[in-house]
This record gives sequence, C-alpha cells and structure tokens, in this order.
Amino acid sequence: MSPELGRFALALACVFALAQAILPIWGARRRDRRLMAIAPGLAIGQLIALLASFLCLVNAAVTNDFSVSNILENSSVTKPLLYKISGVWGNHEGSVLLWTLILGLCGAAVAAFGRNLPSALRARVIGVLGGVAAGFELFCLITSDPFDRVWPAPLDGQGMNPLLQDPGLAFHPPILYTGYVGFAVPFAFAIAALMEGRVDAAWGRWVRPWAVAAWAFLTCGIALGSWWSYYVLGWGGYWFWDPVENASLIPWLSGTALMHSAIVVEKREALKIWTVLLAIGTFSFSLSGTFLVRSGILNSVHAFAQDPARGIFILALLGVVIGGSLALFAWRAPSLTTGGLFAPVSREGSLVLNNILLCSICAVVLTGTMYPPFMSLLFGKTISVGKPFFDAATIPLAIPLFIFMGFGPMLPWKRAQLWPVMKRLWVAALATLAAFAVTMIGLSGLLPILCATLAVWVITSSLTDLAGRLGLFRVSLGQSFQRAKSLPRSAFGAGLAHIGVGVSVLGLAVMSQAQHKIVEVHVGQSEQLAGYEWTLTGVRNVPGPNYTAMEATIEIRHDGHLVTVMHPSKRSFNTQNQTTTEVSIHTNGLADLYGVIGDKHGPDDNPTYVLRLHYNPLAPWMWFGALIMAMGGALSLSDRRMRVGAPRRAVASDVVAAE
Amino acid sequence: MNSEEVSPGDDRKSVTRRRLLLGVPMVGAGVCGVAFWKMLSGMQAGSFNPHDINAPVTGRPVPDFTLPDQPPGTGFAAADLKALTAPVLVNFFASWCIPCIAEMEALLALQKHLPIWGIAYKDKIENATGLLKHAGNPYSRIGSDRNGRVAIDWGVSGVPESFLIAPGGLIVWHSAAGLDNSEVRDGLNAALKAVGGR
Amino acid sequence: MNRLLRTGLAGAMVVLLSAPVVALAVDDPSEMLSDPKQESRAEAIGAQLRCLVCQNESIEDSGATLARDLRTVVREHVAKGESNQQVIDWMVARYGNFIRLSPPVTVATLLLWGMPVLALIMGLVAAALAFRRRRSGPAPLSEAEQTRLKELSDGH
Repeated sequence: MSPELGRFALALACVFALAQAILPIWGARRRDRRLMAIAPGLAIGQLIALLASFLCLVNAAVTNDFSVSNILENSSVTKPLLYKISGVWGNHEGSVLLWTLILGLCGAAVAAFGRNLPSALRARVIGVLGGVAAGFELFCLITSDPFDRVWPAPLDGQGMNPLLQDPGLAFHPPILYTGYVGFAVPFAFAIAALMEGRVDAAWGRWVRPWAVAAWAFLTCGIALGSWWSYYVLGWGGYWFWDPVENASLIPWLSGTALMHSAIVVEKREALKIWTVLLAIGTFSFSLSGTFLVRSGILNSVHAFAQDPARGIFILALLGVVIGGSLALFAWRAPSLTTGGLFAPVSREGSLVLNNILLCSICAVVLTGTMYPPFMSLLFGKTISVGKPFFDAATIPLAIPLFIFMGFGPMLPWKRAQLWPVMKRLWVAALATLAAFAVTMIGLSGLLPILCATLAVWVITSSLTDLAGRLGLFRVSLGQSFQRAKSLPRSAFGAGLAHIGVGVSVLGLAVMSQAQHKIVEVHVGQSEQLAGYEWTLTGVRNVPGPNYTAMEATIEIRHDGHLVTVMHPSKRSFNTQNQTTTEVSIHTNGLADLYGVIGDKHGPDDNPTYVLRLHYNPLAPWMWFGALIMAMGGALSLSDRRMRVGAPRRAVASDVVAAE
Repeated sequence: MNSEEVSPGDDRKSVTRRRLLLGVPMVGAGVCGVAFWKMLSGMQAGSFNPHDINAPVTGRPVPDFTLPDQPPGTGFAAADLKALTAPVLVNFFASWCIPCIAEMEALLALQKHLPIWGIAYKDKIENATGLLKHAGNPYSRIGSDRNGRVAIDWGVSGVPESFLIAPGGLIVWHSAAGLDNSEVRDGLNAALKAVGGR
Repeated sequence: MNRLLRTGLAGAMVVLLSAPVVALAVDDPSEMLSDPKQESRAEAIGAQLRCLVCQNESIEDSGATLARDLRTVVREHVAKGESNQQVIDWMVARYGNFIRLSPPVTVATLLLWGMPVLALIMGLVAAALAFRRRRSGPAPLSEAEQTRLKELSDGH
C-alpha cells in the first residue's frame, strides 16, 4: 500500500478511463457488439483501480507517512483517527482524488444498474463518463499529485486547520461531491442522446432517477455545509452567499429544474431540447463551480490551495468538456423533434413556469457570483456582491415559485382549468390566511412574514394534493389505504420534497427573528435573553487529544425551571497555535439555545468571560426541511417505475402511450 | 410515435436558424472561458488581481491627521506633508506583520533617493522601535497610529501599504503590496517620474 | 514563479493569522451602543459593509481587527446621529465601492441589478413564443407527404 502503488493505480485508472472513453463509443458507432460490451468491464476496472489508489492515500494518512507531502502538510501524529481519514479529502489534491473516485463510482453504477439500457446507449453513456474521468485523472497526475514525496521525511506533520477537525466537515465533502459528480450521469445521458440524435420518453425515464439521486445528495451536502458553519463558526450564521456556497447552489437550482423538466420529457415527450441543455448545464455548473473556486479567481473565505497554474489546466479541461458538449448540442439538438402539445395552463405549463423561475434565480446567483471578477477584468474596478444583494434579488423570484408550487402538482396534464384546482385548495388557503394572521403578529419585517406565510401554503397545499390522491375524507379509510398502496411512490416523494421546501423556508423566515446578546460576566452572574435566564456557573480547563479547552458551564432556566446545562468551550491547538470555539446548542425542535464562550479578561483570581448567547427560533427546521427534501428524493427512487434499471425503450414508450 | 429523424422535406433554413439559436449557450460559455483565461494568465503575470481593493484615495489630497512620535522618529501631521516641495513615500508598517519585515530591506535601499515617512499601524511603541533597531530604520519621520484610525482615513486595509505623495500633499500612487516586489517598484518609479522625482 | 510562491506564502500566512479570529466575530460587549435602537441601526449598516481583509463577510460577522475598528467607527457615527447613507458614504470615500456588499446601481452594475427581471422576461418570452408556434398547429404537409397522402387515399 505504498504511495507509489497509489500513483500507479491512479495511472492505471486513467488508462482504463481512456479505453472506456474511446472503445465503447467507437463500438456504438460501428454497431460492434463486442466493443460495446466491454464498457461495463472497463468502468468497473477503473473503479477498482481508483479505489486502490484512494485506499493507498488513506493508508498513508492513517500510518502517518509524512514522506508524502500531502499528508505532511495536512496531518499530524496527534490527530484523531477519524480526522486522519477525513483529512485525506480536506485538501486540494485529496479532494480531487475523491472527486474522481466518485466519478468512477458513477460509471460503475451505470454499468451495474444499466443492464436494461439499449446496449448502444449504455456504451455511449459509460464512454462519456470515462472521458470526463480520464480528464480528471490526468489533472490529478499532472498538476495535483496527491502522492508527491518529500525527502527527508519529517517526524511530524504540520497538522490540519482545527476548524476542519469536525465530524460535520468529515462527511460534508463526500456527500456534496456525490451530488456534484452525480449530475455527470444525466450529462452523459444527454451527450449520448445527442450522439444518437434521439430523445424520447424512455430517455426521460432513465435520466430522472440519476438526476433525483444526485439532487438528493447535493441537497444533503449543502444542508450539511450550512449546518457546519452554523455550529462551528460561532455566530449563528448559516449562509453567507460566499462563492463556494453559490458554487453549490447554482447546480442545485439548475438540477432542480432538470429534475422537473425530465418529468415532462418522460410523460409528454416535450421540452426535450431544454432538458438536454439543462443536463449539460447542471454538470457544467458543478464542474466550473468546484474548480473555479480553487483557481483563486473568486474571492472566498474558504481557503484552498489557490494556484493559477492549476487553474489553466482546469480551464482547458472545462473547455473540452463544456465547450465540446455545448458545440455538440448546437449541432445536433436542432434535429430533435418537438413533442407533445399542451396548453399554457396545464401540468406541463406549470413545470415550464417552475423552470423559468428556478433558472432565473440560478441566473441571478451566477451573475452575482461572477460579476466582481468580470468588473475587475473589463473596467478595472473592484466591487463586492454579497448577502444584501442576493437577498434582495433572489427572494422576489422565489415568492412566485412558492405560490405556484401549491397549484402545479394538482393541475392535470395537457390542458387544465385553474378554478377546479383552486376550489380543492380552499382548506390550504384558509390555513395560509390563518398563518398570515399569526405571522403578522409574531414576526417583524415584510419578507419574513411573506415567506413564512407562503411556506405554510406550500406545506398545506402539498398535503391537500396527497390527501386528494388518497381520497382522504371522501372514501373510507380502508379504500384510502388501498389507494396509498397503489399510488406510485414517486408521487409521495414529490409531495414530501415539496413539504420539505416549505419546512426549510419556514425555518429560514422565522430564523430571521433570531435574538442575540454579547455579555461580559463573572462566574455566577446571570443574563436574560428571550425569556430565558442564562447563568455562567463555572469555567474549567479540559485537556483534549491535540488541544486544551476552556470549558464553560451555563445553566439556562425558564420560569425558574432548569431547561438545560450547556458546555461551550474554546480550544487551543498546540500544533498550529490556533484557537477554535466549540458552540453548545440546546434544541427543543422549535428553537435553538446557542451559547459560545469567548475571551477571558481581568485578573486570574476574579476573571470575567465574554459570552455570546443566541436564541434562534425554528433554526433546526432549515436543515430538517432539507432532510425531508432528500428523503422525498429517496422515496421517489424506491418507486418501482423509477428504478434505475428501467424497462426497455420500446416497452417504456408503450407504457407512456397508455398513460 | 413520431419519428426522431428530421425528414428530408424539412426546411433546411430553419435547422440552420435553430442551430444558430442553440449555439448561443456555446458562445456564452466560450466568452466566459476566454475571460477566465485572461484572468488566470493575468494573475500569473501579476497584472490582474481580483482581490485588489482599488483605493479611491489616489488623486486626492492627504486626509487630515496628526500623529504622535514613534521613536526613533518624530511624528507628523497632514500639514507637514502638504508643506513639502519634493515627493515623499508614506509607508504603513507594523512589527507584527511579516510582509512588512520582508519589505524593510527594499525600503532601506529606496530611502537613499526617496524620503520615506513611516506610520506604525496598531503597534506598541516599544515593539515598533525594536523592529527598527533590529531591521534598520528606513524612515525619516515616523508617526504612531496606535488605534489604527488614521489608517482608516487613508483607506488602508492591511499593512504594508505605501502611498506616494506629490509636492503639495497630493496622493498620486498607492500600493497594497510590499515594495520588495519588483513590479510594485516599477509602478512606483513610473509614478515618481510623472511627478518630477528621480 | 518565485514571486508567485511568495504571494502564496503570504496568503497562507494571512489565512493562518486570521483563522483564530475568524472563529469569533463581535467578542467585546463594550463595542455595542447602549441605546438598543441605535445599536440595531449600527448592526444594519455594518451588515452592508464588507470586511476588507477577510473578503467575504460583513464587518458585523467578522472578527478581524480592521472589522472591529470599522464597527467602532460605524457606532461613533451612528451615535452622532448620522443617517445610514452618510455612514456608508463615509466608508465609500475611504475604501471605494468595494466595501459595499450591495453595489450601487450604476451603468456598470445595470446588468447585475437588472438580471432578475431580465432573466424572468427572457424565460417568459421564450415560453410564449414556443407556445405561439405550437398553437399555430402542425406544419402544413410537405409536397412529398401530400403525394403520399394522395397515394394512400387513391388506394382506397
């Protein structure tokens, strides 16, 4: 398991990937069955080689092999095992390797689950994935070699940034990358379809589960990252509109649009060209987002090794992948026929509107993120685009989206009338009005009131839709149960995901009312915040594995009853001469009590301590909603009809025709 | 099911028109790609820095301030700069700032033909004095900006920063990078030539 | 290359130096104004101003020393009774528009501020055009198709 073996395995994976990119696609062109048939084997071979390479790096990290410069720069002997492993992807080189590994995993997944795909389509999809993977393996080998050695090897490493030493951050990158990279599969399907010159209902059905899976992972990844900054950075912030965050939000928005437009392709064979473009665009955003952030062009708080020389290589790679696929799109997409007709007011029409709004938000975020470097390049002026802009520019576009989320899923296909649907939504409308009244009293600020009200609207209308499908309150419970069993799970999944959006938005809206207080207190002193009495009862020093911590004990009382005792602490790391704050959070599901200990002041015999106390109403709902969204995605994936191994093309089109 | 292939009877012109329309994303991506390439190559050459803060102070008279002494130098005020008849370089530094220490050698070489006035930014008097004793003192006069408020009036965001003051007290050139950088020195020399210095 | 390396090192140093303070933003209660109304106004102004050294946070969120100084300045000006715009203008005079997290509407930022409306209109117009083209019904039969149709009907 030496680093050299790892590098060799990486090179081997690159050879597999190149073969995977060339032979099956050539085979598909020549209709050579044998060449097409080797695609799955190559994809699995590539995955095994990548896995071996990755394990070599993990092994080097776990065994403290500081002769590997990547380990030397990011690890140390005293670091706990979990972080030795997670540290592998906590730096540029390792994270690119992880990225590539997940891409290999996607290729192997298509090979394994795609047995029912027509062999030419499967060969092309796997081939495209191989081509992209080969590019990134070359990038790894040439400019970001994770196995680079140093001589002589020092006894101890330089350690990892303590901020990264956190369980949330250990799992955030793999999940996020799975989301990013997962969109490579819809992308590969889009390219394969352009090569074949054929997009039909079956194609939509094959693409959708991959898009849903990637979307669910991306949702979890973004939520996890946001939750990490909430409890690690220590001032209750959860979203900063930082370029790195935007880089994940942009593909999420276009991926959400893709997920919805693929439904139209599957059910009605319409929006084909648009869906293909979204599939290409989403993966292009994933690619350029992850890598432009590392080039140093974008101003970001996220510190990654920034190197323009690497940037040039990445840019060339992006040029080939994105430029090539868009050129293919411009050349081949015009020959795709337009599909089923539908009226503007219909399920299809509502999905078109969903796409317009999501893509507008996406365009705003993209423009806002890219504006500063472009201004700097074109006019030599530096400007900043931050939270106030993004809040002002995106929320007005999100509001109509939430309004139409209530109607859309209830509209029939092809041609619909609004009035019958509105009549069915009277309960939801009443609930929304009630919510409006409550929020008018409870919340301050127009936007929070509006968003909270609309969140209730989204939740109640989604529930109405599900209840309507089950016939609740119209037929007997037994019959409803029968209907529930026969109702496709994807319908439940969609409803659940919409409810998740509502829950998140409600959390965001109410969280805007958070209260906080910064105080300097002696031990024994109490402070009042949001109806709670916070008392600092003691501070002690606690040794940790590679740090020492100053730990406070804060008792929180409400009406004299003890609610909780929290232990926020401040860690001083020996290796890096750094300190981090460990927030303590007590949640009851409706609100977070959030305590942070800051500096110690004054004489040692009677010191004072700075405390930050926060009351964050509905904060957990923001992430809980994201979890519900991802669960909705998972539920959809478990649908028999959404299985990745979808029925054959001919059969699939028959089913669609019958619907 | 309708055929996916374009039938030969289809209007050729309309396909070309659609190709042009659907080529728009490619053109957009291409433009972005060229721009990114320019940015990256500019960053490598040092001509483009997206992290630069272009200070609006250049072209304006020096802001009003009075600074107490920072031994071994004597403090100065805006009026002193305005009364000058030859260009002078104002340099913000601090003993806790590693790039400032790296810059000292270049400043010592520079002060032979351009007077440099220093401002110790958020530094303890004794620490700044210690630094100048240790690394050499390139400054003709030194003021102490203990709380960093004068630096804010100059638009300083982080030390080291240098400003070239033309006779009469006009700020004509500014750099947020250290003068140990040869390109920064070239920029300074060009600005100096423009105001009639050597 | 050497220069690049040095810039990189300096960058790494900045990150290392700023990391401890990143962890905690406002950490000194004495900074805050005693009047809660003024304090909340100062916080609102501060949220509009960028911490210049940490690149992507507002001065209210940042623990960097410069951000702390700027927070103090904002509070002094607020206590003097200056309007939000006056305080922001004071900052822009020193640090340029870079300090504003929400850039002013100028010719150069027209595209940025116009994007929400522009994107929406473009999407709606594209959809409307597509609908109109579809509604005009399927394209008339081509000559070849007409002959074929004739053949078929003649066959009966």
